[in-house]
Amino acid sequence: MRGRCLIGLVDILLITLLAATALVIIAVRDLFAAVMLAGIFSLISAGLFTVMDAVDVAFTEAAVGAGISTVLMLGTLMLTTSRERRGTARIQILPLIVVTLTGAALIYGTLDMPIYGDPQAPVHHHVAPEYIADSPHEVGVPNIVTAVLASYRGYDTLGETTVVFIAGTGVLLLLKRPRREAGAEPTKNTSGDQNQTASG
Amino acid sequence: MKESIHHQVILRVVAKILLPYILLFALYVQFHGDFSPGGGFQAGVIFAAGIILYTLIFGIEQAYRAIDPRIFEVLLALGVCLYAGVGVWALVSGGNFLDYSVLAHDPVHGQHLGILLIELGVGLTVTAVMVSIFFAFVSRGGR
Repeated sequence: MRGRCLIGLVDILLITLLAATALVIIAVRDLFAAVMLAGIFSLISAGLFTVMDAVDVAFTEAAVGAGISTVLMLGTLMLTTSRERRGTARIQILPLIVVTLTGAALIYGTLDMPIYGDPQAPVHHHVAPEYIADSPHEVGVPNIVTAVLASYRGYDTLGETTVVFIAGTGVLLLLKRPRREAGAEPTKNTSGDQNQTASG
Repeated sequence: MKESIHHQVILRVVAKILLPYILLFALYVQFHGDFSPGGGFQAGVIFAAGIILYTLIFGIEQAYRAIDPRIFEVLLALGVCLYAGVGVWALVSGGNFLDYSVLAHDPVHGQHLGILLIELGVGLTVTAVMVSIFFAFVSRGGR
């Protein structure tokens, strides 16, 4: 009982920090500070996922959200600018109403959601019991998350890997400098590239 | 600012000490994902983070000297090919696409082998994508 109370306190602390970080990100004009705060936001989310026993998700959030994406955002700031341009100071009424209504609808929607960890929740009665019952002798991997991601949902993970591949290729096509400086003959350039491919 | 970071003795020394452990931890996460949290995606990101840390501290020229950046352009595609290749291998072995049970005599061994290989494919692609995006950013801004 005391342990549960303590976890509740940790939950409240983390969610308060999360909300505070989000509010500061909105208020701050220095984009460098905003990027660092976004990293902190991810790290706090990772803490929350850990408290919810979703360690694999927490791991990904900490590595990607707090680590890599912060570095990539800093790289973007290096290429662009690190100050946000001042927008119009006037409060826009219509967007405010839309945002408030959407937020209220979302909060109203959460009232119908099952309580966190409820064993009767529909999500726990679809395929999850089969995975838990069958994966030890079908896949034989102690980490059920890995069994689901890599084996039962192999198609999805292949799709995700392809998405990462396409995203990386797209960014490279947009950002990478050509290996040869402009000015060389296009035909020569092509043959040179072919030679390079052949030799390398 | 860029020059000053290269002369930070504490940063350089700490990075040098930490780097092998970061890369080793990435490999641990990669190949221990069956038993503990983690897997190819997380391992790839951690491995890339190690290389990015090295680049941040020692500069892009030094990083290019340590690893040829063209390797990552190959690994980028190789990871996806490895993943899809395992699927085709299962297909050729008489099972469904990505059904690892037919990859070995014992279905469970086949599953282990398949998961190991596809996680490796995911790890390769993720590492290569992260590092090449970072290199693309840095080589554009640095000059």
